[in-house]
Amino acid sequence: MGAKATLARVLRARFTPLIVLAALMVLVPMLAPSSFHLRVAALVWIFALAALGLTVLMGYAGQVSLGHAGFVGIGAYAVAIGPARLGLDPLLCLLLGAVLAGVIAYGVGRPILKLKGYYLAIATLGFGVIVALVLHSEAEITGGPDGMAVSRLSLFGWRVSGALNWYWVTSGALLIGALLALNIAASPTGRALRALHDSEVAAAGTGIDVGAKKLAAFVAAAVYGAVAGGLLAAMNGLITPEAASFSHSIELVAMVIIGGLGSVFGTVVGAAFLVVLPQMLTALQEYEQAVLGLLIMVFMIFLPQGIVPSIRAYILERLP
Amino acid sequence: MSEFLQLVFSGLTVGAIYALIALGFTLIYNASDVINFAQGDFVMIGGMATVFLMSAGLALPLAALIAVVAAVAVGLLLHRLAIEPARGASPVTLIMITIGASIFIKGMAQIVFDKQFHSLPAFSGDAPIPVGGATLLPQSLWVLGTTLGLVVALYLFLEHTLSGKALLATAANRLAARLVGINVTLILAMAFGLSAAIGALAGVVATPITLTRYDIGTLFALKGFAAAMLGGMGNPVGAVVGGLLIGLLETFGAGYVSSTYKDAVAFLMILFVLFFLPRGLFGGRSVERV
Repeated sequence: MGAKATLARVLRARFTPLIVLAALMVLVPMLAPSSFHLRVAALVWIFALAALGLTVLMGYAGQVSLGHAGFVGIGAYAVAIGPARLGLDPLLCLLLGAVLAGVIAYGVGRPILKLKGYYLAIATLGFGVIVALVLHSEAEITGGPDGMAVSRLSLFGWRVSGALNWYWVTSGALLIGALLALNIAASPTGRALRALHDSEVAAAGTGIDVGAKKLAAFVAAAVYGAVAGGLLAAMNGLITPEAASFSHSIELVAMVIIGGLGSVFGTVVGAAFLVVLPQMLTALQEYEQAVLGLLIMVFMIFLPQGIVPSIRAYILERLP
Repeated sequence: MSEFLQLVFSGLTVGAIYALIALGFTLIYNASDVINFAQGDFVMIGGMATVFLMSAGLALPLAALIAVVAAVAVGLLLHRLAIEPARGASPVTLIMITIGASIFIKGMAQIVFDKQFHSLPAFSGDAPIPVGGATLLPQSLWVLGTTLGLVVALYLFLEHTLSGKALLATAANRLAARLVGINVTLILAMAFGLSAAIGALAGVVATPITLTRYDIGTLFALKGFAAAMLGGMGNPVGAVVGGLLIGLLETFGAGYVSSTYKDAVAFLMILFVLFFLPRGLFGGRSVERV
């Protein structure tokens, strides 16, 4: 029982990512207490939560979605429209948005999940584009391209405001999301998803209802996206159709791939990469976008498995 | 009737541009299984470089030629510096690299060019040609003619030259191609170069109609990808038909349904087609290998 075996066991243990994540969440406010840093960190947690949906859908089940931001938009606008136009409670709207996204995902997923690979990618892309168009064009309800203001979220009488409070709310949401994702991975459904990821025919041959499992992953992904969208809208106090845009969908896919496809902790790292990096690069002014693109290329060329799995494999290999 | 014809003309013009972009996607996909999301940025380079070279005093043909050469250089560099070093990586990783490349190219274009919209004067004037009650802009003929010319040239290249046949062989089976002595790396580089050239030419002829800006590539990549998928990924005929169809769907959607929801009309039709033909219009009915 050497150090390597112990470390290997720790690295492979199911809840290690969760413990590391929780430790990080406690550390960030100690190391970077300014409200700007806390706001960026809260954004990382929100985007990680949205991207966790793709971890389940793409990482576990191997189904590509280029329209994930559509569900983020649905969740975000539920929290924006519900209180402003219907006078509903924001928290209730957050839940309703998640339910709505799940129902839409169920309806849309049934026909389109029969498609494979890039054909599924274009179908989901089409869905995302249509959602963004509706949010963009129905200005009377959504405020159009300028977006709309979002009223404050209150949790059982406590009005959430201030960077630190939002930091803890989003931390809690991400922890729950990560716990669920890790549990899904270890559940019979998770094993079924990985089986159909490798071969749908073989999975069907062992008695897995491939269609139902894919649909379940798609609905779960939508719910993750919608909850994250709702939190994003409520925290920023403003939402625009940009939240549902094609580039935003691509950004979410980039997070899961850069961090490490299928890795829960990798998803958080990928989200941090794409949220924090542009903030740091603003100092470079006009070179910001070029450097961001360059860094994405460099990371993918040298760490093709994604940051977290590549580093983990490296550590496991090099230990004495 | 004349309104119908007018919509057909503008639909075919936009569609021809999408068709060229879809052809670029198809070439690279066939040679490497990679969806090159930087494809739309070649269109932008073609248009922007021509605009800036012309404002520097060059004549249109020379400016266009240099712009195409520049785009080809970018395509070859993309292959040599970003795709080749990641050889053996999964398709998702390679696609991510092309997305990174697309962001990088847009970032550089902001610096090398600027952030404004630019246009080119129409090549043969703006006097509309009356056809059957509708009118046709001379620039539309340029777009349609260039598309036709490129499709024919590409067909002749693929079917009647050794390099073209090597590209087809690589697309059919990379390992078998390597076994018969085809330099697959070189073929892949050629696919990137060709795609860049086609994209840049599309950008040159399209700019008087569509305008251009450093970030216009995203929209073109989206439409070109949709066209390639509608036609059936990997099928050049499908790419052209898919492109023209999406152009027509968009303009008819704008003309008869709603101009705000023209993209929604196009995508709903794509979903409808894929529902019945899950591998696109020309994707074949091949059985999945297990």
